[in-house]
Amino acid sequence: MSVVLAPVDAPGAIGRVSPVAKLGAAVVLSVALLLSIDPVSAGVALVLEVLLLPFAGLSVRQLALRTLPLWIAAPSAVVATALYGRDEGAVLWQAWFVTVTEGSLDLALAIGLRILAVGIPGIVLFATTDPTDLADGLAQVLRLPARFVLGGLAGLRLVGLFVDDWRQLALARRARGVADGRGPVAATRRLAGQAFALLVLSVRRGSKLATAMEAKGFGSDAPRTWARPARWAWRDTVLLAIAVLVAAVAVTAAVLADAWELVLA
Amino acid sequence: MPDDARSPAASGTAGGAGGVRPGARVVAHGWGWRHAARHAHAVRGLDLVVEPGERVLLLGASGAGKSTLLAALAGVLGGDEEGDAEGTLTVDDREPADQRGRVGLVLQDPDSQVVLARVGDDVAFGCENLGVPRDEIWPRVDAALADVGLDLPRDHPTTQLSGGQQQRLALAGALALRPGLLLLDEPTANLDPAGVVEVRDAVARTAAATGTTLVVVEHRVSTWLPVVDRVVVLAAGGGVLADGRPDEVLVAQRDVLVDAGVWVPSVPAALPARRERPADAAPPAPLLRAVQLAVGRGGRRRPAVATGVDAVVREGTALVVTGPNGAGKSTVALTVAGLLAPVGGDLVADDALAAGAGPSPVRWRSRQLLTRVGTVFQHPEHQFLAPTVRRELAVGPEALGLPAEEVARRVDALLARLRLAHLAEANPFTLSGGEKRRLSVATVLATSPRVLVLDEPTFGQDARTWRELVALLGELLDEGAAIVAVSHDAEFVAAVADEVLDLAAHTVPLAERHAP
Repeated sequence: MSVVLAPVDAPGAIGRVSPVAKLGAAVVLSVALLLSIDPVSAGVALVLEVLLLPFAGLSVRQLALRTLPLWIAAPSAVVATALYGRDEGAVLWQAWFVTVTEGSLDLALAIGLRILAVGIPGIVLFATTDPTDLADGLAQVLRLPARFVLGGLAGLRLVGLFVDDWRQLALARRARGVADGRGPVAATRRLAGQAFALLVLSVRRGSKLATAMEAKGFGSDAPRTWARPARWAWRDTVLLAIAVLVAAVAVTAAVLADAWELVLA
Repeated sequence: MPDDARSPAASGTAGGAGGVRPGARVVAHGWGWRHAARHAHAVRGLDLVVEPGERVLLLGASGAGKSTLLAALAGVLGGDEEGDAEGTLTVDDREPADQRGRVGLVLQDPDSQVVLARVGDDVAFGCENLGVPRDEIWPRVDAALADVGLDLPRDHPTTQLSGGQQQRLALAGALALRPGLLLLDEPTANLDPAGVVEVRDAVARTAAATGTTLVVVEHRVSTWLPVVDRVVVLAAGGGVLADGRPDEVLVAQRDVLVDAGVWVPSVPAALPARRERPADAAPPAPLLRAVQLAVGRGGRRRPAVATGVDAVVREGTALVVTGPNGAGKSTVALTVAGLLAPVGGDLVADDALAAGAGPSPVRWRSRQLLTRVGTVFQHPEHQFLAPTVRRELAVGPEALGLPAEEVARRVDALLARLRLAHLAEANPFTLSGGEKRRLSVATVLATSPRVLVLDEPTFGQDARTWRELVALLGELLDEGAAIVAVSHDAEFVAAVADEVLDLAAHTVPLAERHAP
């Protein structure tokens, strides 16, 4: 699989934190920041997160590479919202049907900061999480059903094979003489056909894998043991506490600044 | 059962897996199975007893139900909704489904058996499912890895294993269960010669050391003769056709086995009779030239897998590319086929082949490839596009814009030539391995390309399909087609190749594969 998807072997404390704690921390921050769309809560959270980044166990290069999608998504969202977002307050700039107002600019800033404030901890925490360890944690710490967790984990391993299959299917279509059509209609039809072929292949791969797993006793009613212990430790509580603290400070700051606006309200 | 003197590695260590439980006893009595969606039984009227510690090679024609029997013994055939069983089949006097862990199963396809991302975890997986205590799991894992000769750290990524290593990993996963019955379903069919020997020797060593009962299904008999002490041949119509000592069965049932596609060691691989080229004839015309060609996936900015390849593809001539797994053979084939852009150097089509389409095959339109270079992929499933065999064959000719009568004429001729007529309305995905291979070759022949590129055409094929394929390629060469084939099948190389390109010397080591 690609370099960007493989987990980083993190040095230091973060490498020993339970993946469940990382998941919990990411969920706490996301939920808190998605409750309101205002620049203050996202901005405060982002500042605090940036201060914590040196402890994330990622090199600057890894950090840049993995957060790259955010640095593309956030500015695009800012520009789009500023130009086309709901207009409110003084008009700052206008051309044709595009109007930039104080309101749309405010909203743009709030959304841009939010993408970074939710995205960065999510990406950073999962960059150092091995899927197998996460599955161990979900099953042993959170007591989720083993069949469900391990089925998902085994399925994840097939994703790499699907990438290879997809490339091979594209080459085969060219070789079969059916890859010429130009324009969006032909491209869509070709993509749909290729996606269906991938679906057929993946079902076949999946059922073979299921047979191999069943032959190793997976899915029987016998109680299962776990070769790798996953426990909740004090450092997991610390990480979760930090996340709760960051979320609390951000929300409090927004409320005090009178910027807090509950999206559900 | 005493250790067999013919076993090549009877002195194996088999540390953790050693002789804890004796081999299992298998009894089939009037046993049969019919898949829910089929009319015919996959197996019927089977009476068979395998004593503890026996090592059985299970043979039979495609469709005789060998894999069905193994799946049933492994307890993974499914319940009543999957099909109907008749008679009885037991492992140590109990239903196979109640004997999980007593039975270990290794399948043909290495890709589809690895469950977890790290080598140690993958071996431990079965023990976990069976509820083996944690303290006991890791010693078992280490012992199983040692038994199969997989000298890797527990956290080695399973994605970075060769085919032979993956199959030994699957074997270790089965051995960690400490099975009394070990079932191997064509475990070496998809491996290169080195991988075949690795896996075979690991099986021989552990079977000898643990005394487990062994049942192997495999077409390539000679590989397994040193390991097994009994051969059972299933009859296509149900029941057992022959059963006894390997040397006796192979002699007595020679013709039946040859007909069933089994590689009988005393029967040499048939070489096709090629037309003699007159001594004074002009040398065959070149169609494609590779000049210091470097290949890789993803164009000039991606790392090369193999470099400095010089070769000329000529009409009526077969060029076979060989080399170990991972040497970049497939990448070379796909590049020569005009599907991947060269990473460096040049691939140039001569005017005779290009016919106005330009010198660079990768720039040709998809339709222009059809009459110039046809590609048979390693896995036929990748190239199937249509819901029936007949329509699959029509795809290429229709893309060329041929009139309907001409399309029908070509399709009918190919259905007959490749023995697919009775399957014309079948879905390509439901065909057997040999039928899929024949169809994938036929789809390419439908547009009569001047160059035929084949990626491991004999991979996993039985002897009958192999013979047909080799004969067909001989005919095509005589008709003037050029062939580029990737293969590590020594007999195929001997039968087909006019020229051999060994890629080993051109391969870029894994550690040095970074972008220029």
